[in-house]
Amino acid sequence: MDVKTKDFVSGSKAAILDPQIQEALAKLRNGLGRGPRLASEELTPPVWQDMRQRASDIKTHTIANLDYYLEKLSDNVEKAGGHVHFARDAKEASDIVLDIARKRDVELVIKGKSMVSEELEINDHLESIGIESVETDLGEYILQLMNEPPFHIIAPAIHKSRRQVSEIFTEKLKTLPSDEVEQLCETARETLREKFLNADMGITGVNFAVAETGTIALVTNEGNGRMCTSLPKVHIALMGMEKILPRLEDLALFLGVLPRSATGQRISSYVTCVTGPRRSTDEDGPEEFHLVIVDNGRSKILADEQMREALNCIRCGACLNACPIYGKVGGHAYGWVYSGPIGAIVTPMLTGTVEAKHLPFASTLCGACKDACPVKIDIPHMLLRLRQEITQGGTLAKNGKAPWYEAALMKGWRQSVRGSRVFSLANRLGRLALLPLSRNGKVRRLPPPLSGWTRFRDFPLPSAKPFRERWRKGLKDE
Amino acid sequence: MTATSRKVSLFITCLVDQFFPEVGEAVVRVLRRQGVEVDFPEGQTCCGQPAFNGGFTEDAKAVARRFLDNFDGDQDVVVPSGSCGAMVKVFYPEIFHDEPGTAARAKDLSARTYEFSEYLVNVLGVTDVGASKKTKVAYHAACHLLRELRVKEPPRQLIEGVEGAEYTPMELEEACCGFGGTFSVKYSEISEAILEDKLKSLAECGADTLVSCDSSCLMHISGALSRRGSPVKAMHLAQLLDNREDS
Ligand code: SF4
Repeated sequence: MDVKTKDFVSGSKAAILDPQIQEALAKLRNGLGRGPRLASEELTPPVWQDMRQRASDIKTHTIANLDYYLEKLSDNVEKAGGHVHFARDAKEASDIVLDIARKRDVELVIKGKSMVSEELEINDHLESIGIESVETDLGEYILQLMNEPPFHIIAPAIHKSRRQVSEIFTEKLKTLPSDEVEQLCETARETLREKFLNADMGITGVNFAVAETGTIALVTNEGNGRMCTSLPKVHIALMGMEKILPRLEDLALFLGVLPRSATGQRISSYVTCVTGPRRSTDEDGPEEFHLVIVDNGRSKILADEQMREALNCIRCGACLNACPIYGKVGGHAYGWVYSGPIGAIVTPMLTGTVEAKHLPFASTLCGACKDACPVKIDIPHMLLRLRQEITQGGTLAKNGKAPWYEAALMKGWRQSVRGSRVFSLANRLGRLALLPLSRNGKVRRLPPPLSGWTRFRDFPLPSAKPFRERWRKGLKDE
Repeated sequence: MTATSRKVSLFITCLVDQFFPEVGEAVVRVLRRQGVEVDFPEGQTCCGQPAFNGGFTEDAKAVARRFLDNFDGDQDVVVPSGSCGAMVKVFYPEIFHDEPGTAARAKDLSARTYEFSEYLVNVLGVTDVGASKKTKVAYHAACHLLRELRVKEPPRQLIEGVEGAEYTPMELEEACCGFGGTFSVKYSEISEAILEDKLKSLAECGADTLVSCDSSCLMHISGALSRRGSPVKAMHLAQLLDNREDS
């Protein structure tokens, strides 16, 4: 997917002015934002905190020993009769998929929800060689018809209204308009059923891959994932290389943690575990099973000890729901596959682009994300680290640099805080400069680049008698 | 709390020094009433947070080194700000992680630095400082105070300790106000949209006073209240605690 993050500012302004997006985001705050809180609060706090801590420890251990667990996973998938492919980047990964599709004369692909597949833009690639690829998660299906990327990690079409869905169904599926959710679902179900029955290949993501058994687990609510893994003759599962758990026992913990944080459910409606292709004793299942393990920038994150924690992410979306920025600008402003706080970290790192440099700065560092995160990722501290990389031109964000006015302001600030006397002088000068702009001690309009402040807020005039002066002249000996 | 021989160094923060000196005066008076001797190291300027948050870590380190010198010794340090407090307590040890000597000094300073409300409640054990004022108070939990320093209850306990004051929590008490330093200027539309929710919640709770422990959030919130001509008064917790009305 193209990185459009450089348009963050215009994208965010547009979202703020869009009443429909604002309504959806407000609903999100009270819906998906609240459910997970209730689901964790229903447990006594120590139990939930203990689950988070264990989940975090398991992920940290796994990521620190990723090479070992990847090998183990790969061995066990092969032992179960599956094929394993490693892809260095998105291009390699989609080539692997296209290759398999060509070999098996695939004409129709059904797809489960997968964020990695968005990194690959696999639908476009399949279509470019004449293969139809249909999203089967309802939200993703709607967005595919509308030709839009996901707006939210787990609720991709949450910004769309019933009316918009009805309109796109009418246009693309030639159905009658409807205001009823049941009717719209029925339409999708009927259309998709035919695709399920005729597909030659299923592509899914992977929520967790268990190294000790070679099992992949999918967590879904619509059951479409299970159709994708069991009906077509070929099943390809795409996974980011960090999605590993060591033991089946760990899976049990994560199957409780993920839905609680994602949707507020104790467990999701469907949990599908796949170990290799159909065995002779199985009644259904694919003839061929492929696991494509995708790096696409992840080993760069792994190599940086301070940032490695980002690979603990289980893509639950809780940080998006908790984030005040996401809560106003929504997913599209972030300009790539992942949005919200976790997007602000992984987008600059996975894409390595200067365009993404807005993201780490577009945060108040309020910390609501780290408190919501089930695996306790310290997102604010990582954003600060990325800011440092960008401003000081580090290795993680190529060619980043602070904008000139910030660098200039910083230079002034650096001079002024050198000592208390220069500091007082600088502020005295500041007061003199602002005095003509003020009325009753308040400045109503500041010049650029500070004009953003006074657009809706007054700015206070520096005090004529700073604290240090008051201290010296009386307060000290009061 | 009887008079003790407690002595603290005050880190007033550059914002309070230059823009809101009355907050600093209130802090000094409230502490003195608790028998605390207050000292103000005059070489102090800023903690370096603006540079650090902007990614100018090297500049921040230079300022932090000066700060370590200014607040050398073994005296407790009190700061009337959650975010400057977080800079010193949480981030100083982090930014010097690869300089063992300085890191040790930073850790020592971190351990003896307290945010104002934290110092009153957790160190002095006071929740009633003898203040009184008839008012309905809402509290804005500043993010760094709450989620970096994990100081949650002390400000509320102190508000409830004020005679005549009625604590009327707003629904979005713990939500970010949208300030975020340079964020508030660089992304001012987002900052405004976030603040809008906060102000709505504030209006709904019916308070006539908004109290917080960070002058930066307060500058942002009161700037908008003033622009809108709102009658709600925004003030630092220290200013509320400095009230001694006869009720
Ligand atoms: S960073 Fe944490 S909260 Fe955000 S999506 Fe990942 S696991 Fe969920």
